[in-house]
Amino acid sequence: MTETTQSSGLAAPSAIGEWIGGMRRSAEFIVIPLFALFVSASLFSLFLLALGKSPQTFFELLWRGGFGTEFSWQNTLVRTAPLILTALCVAIPARLGLVIIGGEGALVLSGFTAAVVALPLLSWAPPFVVMPVMLLTAAITGALWIGAVGALRHYRGINETIASLLMFYIAVSILNFFVEGVLRDPSDPNKPSTAPIGPANMVGEIPGLHVHWGLAFGVVIAIVLGIVMSRTTFGFAARVTGGNVRAARAQGLPVGTLMVSATMIAGACAGVAGYFEVAAILGKANGSLIAGYGFTGILVSFLARHNPIAIAPVAVLFGGLAAAGGLIQRRMGLPDATVQVLQGLIFVVLLVSETLYGRFRLFDPEARG
Amino acid sequence: MSDILISRRRLLKTAAAGAALGVAPGLGAIGPAAAAGLTMGIIYVGPRDDFGWNQAHAVAAKALKAVPGITVVEEENVPETIAVQKTMESMIKLDGAKLIFATSFGYFDPHMIEMAKKFPDVEFRHAIGLWQADKHPKNAGSYYAYLHQAHYVDGIAAGLSTKTNKLGFIAAKPISSVLTNINAFALGVRKVNPNATIQLIFTGDWALPVREAEAANALADAGCDVLTCHVDSPKVVIETAEKRGIKCCGHNASQASLAPKGFITGAEYKWETIYKNFADLLAKGQKLPNFERGGYDKDYVQNTAFGAGATDAAKAAATAAIADLKANKPYVTGPIKDNKGKEVVAAGKTIDNYDNFLETTNYLVEGIVGSLT
Amino acid sequence: MNDALSTVLLAVFAGAIRVSTPFLFVSLGECLTEKSGRINLGLEGILVFGAMTGYAISYHSGSPWIGVLAAGVAGSLFGAFHGWVCKLPRVNDVAIGIAMMLFGTGLAFFFGKPYIQPTAPRLPALELGFWSDVPQVREALKINPLFFAGLAVAIVLWWAFRNTRWGLIVRMTGDSSATARAMGYSVDWVRFLATTVGGFLAGVGGAFLSLYYPGSWTEGLSSGQGLMAVALVIFARWNPLACFAAAVLFGGAGAIGPALQSVGISQGYHFFNAAPYILTLLIMILSISPKRSLRGAPAELSLMK
Repeated sequence: MTETTQSSGLAAPSAIGEWIGGMRRSAEFIVIPLFALFVSASLFSLFLLALGKSPQTFFELLWRGGFGTEFSWQNTLVRTAPLILTALCVAIPARLGLVIIGGEGALVLSGFTAAVVALPLLSWAPPFVVMPVMLLTAAITGALWIGAVGALRHYRGINETIASLLMFYIAVSILNFFVEGVLRDPSDPNKPSTAPIGPANMVGEIPGLHVHWGLAFGVVIAIVLGIVMSRTTFGFAARVTGGNVRAARAQGLPVGTLMVSATMIAGACAGVAGYFEVAAILGKANGSLIAGYGFTGILVSFLARHNPIAIAPVAVLFGGLAAAGGLIQRRMGLPDATVQVLQGLIFVVLLVSETLYGRFRLFDPEARG
Repeated sequence: MSDILISRRRLLKTAAAGAALGVAPGLGAIGPAAAAGLTMGIIYVGPRDDFGWNQAHAVAAKALKAVPGITVVEEENVPETIAVQKTMESMIKLDGAKLIFATSFGYFDPHMIEMAKKFPDVEFRHAIGLWQADKHPKNAGSYYAYLHQAHYVDGIAAGLSTKTNKLGFIAAKPISSVLTNINAFALGVRKVNPNATIQLIFTGDWALPVREAEAANALADAGCDVLTCHVDSPKVVIETAEKRGIKCCGHNASQASLAPKGFITGAEYKWETIYKNFADLLAKGQKLPNFERGGYDKDYVQNTAFGAGATDAAKAAATAAIADLKANKPYVTGPIKDNKGKEVVAAGKTIDNYDNFLETTNYLVEGIVGSLT
Repeated sequence: MNDALSTVLLAVFAGAIRVSTPFLFVSLGECLTEKSGRINLGLEGILVFGAMTGYAISYHSGSPWIGVLAAGVAGSLFGAFHGWVCKLPRVNDVAIGIAMMLFGTGLAFFFGKPYIQPTAPRLPALELGFWSDVPQVREALKINPLFFAGLAVAIVLWWAFRNTRWGLIVRMTGDSSATARAMGYSVDWVRFLATTVGGFLAGVGGAFLSLYYPGSWTEGLSSGQGLMAVALVIFARWNPLACFAAAVLFGGAGAIGPALQSVGISQGYHFFNAAPYILTLLIMILSISPKRSLRGAPAELSLMK
């Protein structure tokens, strides 16, 4: 995996020249993605014209549905919240060169254990006990689930990509086995679920935003992990390992510990996402936990080039596209797959645009004039 | 390639009349879709041309679009997460919708209830969900057709069309509305053929074509000579049964053409009756009922015309059963035991066709080989 | 009981043959691509697009074999695109693959709507069970020619990687692009061709799904089979013959759930249905030792660094 992100805007402004250089490099990270978005929008317009639909209407609706009104922003941000956390589940191990695609499994299982651990507490414990216990349980479940993938990779040499994918399917069967079986709440005959955690134990909304606290958690965790990965020994060691495992071993870096702890952090992030699905939205664990956030998170992370700080804006882009998708379907009579085509197109073009970095003198701080 | 595009366009045209307002270029393109009258939203969990559950609703909902002054906005592939709450809110806030139909099980609790509380002046109706006057908001409600009555008729026809006395049922998930259908089928089979057994396979999800085909083949290998199913799209099960040279009963909509040799009959929803009734009420400016239910008596369900697989005895018995159901005669009469030997309906007791008991099924009746977990 | 056992065994055997073919084609395509040093995670998208194209073209042309060919050609176009953009500097092949997974399925769903309901001509089967008078055996031995085609491709690839010049070139590009360049071969060109052919195979795998088993086009047709098949290549350690074994094992394991339920063993069916995943993981844990886990892995693979 190519590493191109470290320098973004972090150049020390000791001298004016360096400052301008930093600005130029940062500009590159804004201009090229914008250019890529423009190209994908143009290509998609051609697609729409071929179908006899108006691109202008489409993009007006896209803007309105995703970002144009206060409600649209709520709609976008509420979809963004889980994506930040599931993207982190991909990004942190990716720094070590591990490709984890089974974050969905950790989310599903963590949501389930969070809902289950609450059950015996409900009758006597106050919310300030139940809520942290649930959150902690979810984080630990996720950490153990994805941590196991890291451990299998290091100690047994089992490829983490395939192991995490297999474990996703296993997590789903565990959830269904219990939710449709012994832990099923008989009061909901048509949607097998665990018993509800009760309104008192539900997570509220961020005041003024109408978005649950999962968004704030996601943003804070992303920033913290961004700092950890760029400014600490752990982050440095992870990057070295990701660059070259053999070199890292030769340097005496504890590769195994790094792998297991990075995957545990990753799993904990997905676990927190699972907690918020249960505690902020569903109020119980059921099949709705399998909503694909984990898989969308993979794309978010790759587009953000596994940079925790960049994950939040990319997740907002995703959230906005998903939020606007409904409005576009309704107003233009286009099937749901339309937005998927647009998403796919944007991602392909954005990823291809990476080849443009460093090709323009304009953004090169070394170039004079 | 060109005729693909044309048929696609035709499809879009029929599938979404409500779109017309949005496409008009220039003015008003992104204002609320309806200037006057009622705007209503319909939400589907899958694609609305899935040849199954969603399509059945989408086709029937055309009755609503025909009412003058009503604008219908539709959204498909909406998962049972916060996304459906936001879709409802978006329909209300951006399209001005005053009536919302949610057509998937998992939309009801908590999503639709939350939204009904948040928007007390908007009416919400849910297909299937069990709306209860004392528990749920007054501006919410549910409607459902008792498809199990048609599955019972399937069972009677199937029980008299089998030779091996082994029948197969392929089901998606062990939830009440599915279990009621399985049990009704089994009650029908065992009523006319007490020696028959029903092998049950759960695939685990609504649309898993490969596993459905495997299940159909496994049942055929195990000696079943009649198959039926409750999955989103029965196409695979019906075609596999036909390929294996055994008989089948349909589900959801007519699959008669897929199995010209072995088709017996099938259980079909008639959503169009419900949506048509709703459309009439709305046209008169009346409120929709909070709780709408019905089966053969209200013409909400039907059985597909008999196919080549149905024996004469089967046709006669099934036709008689249909006549009884149309007269709203109860078909669930005790004694009924579950397949673990526990009594679920006492001897001499009769369950009314409208009894809530039938909508909260959590057992399998005697004669079914299978388990819930 | 004996009867039940033979029913289950026969169902697993028949399932292995019926279900394995798409896994086989996709994993062979991915095996070839990865041997050249690239990863194409987008084969899931190609599989779905191939399934749609195959069904649509079979419907319009009346010939399922033309459908298979069209699916392969569509797949190779996707593969060629992947092969072409990934040669650009700084473009990440894994990420492009994931994006193409989304793009391919999106396009397939978009254009596939009118083909969900119609019935297209399906592929025929070879009746190899004529010698038996047990109907179950006759049924199990109705085998689609594509299964044998897949087996043949596996053998040819396995043989060619070892014994032919171009097999050597592909392996060399995958193991050390510097060496390949030094020998005067165009690394980009080799990888482009390998990804294109890989896309072709994945497209054919998709056509098998829609045109033979289960034999219809729906949006739920592939429940992640393309992605799983890509993962099976790692399981098979980049050996085409092992890909065949892995596909058959995976297909057979998928038949366990329905087969056990069909004879009345149904408690815990959730886990029987997950048998392919559980078994694969168990086999990996038991069989792979850390020392030889990466044997056969192309050194240039970004997944392996």
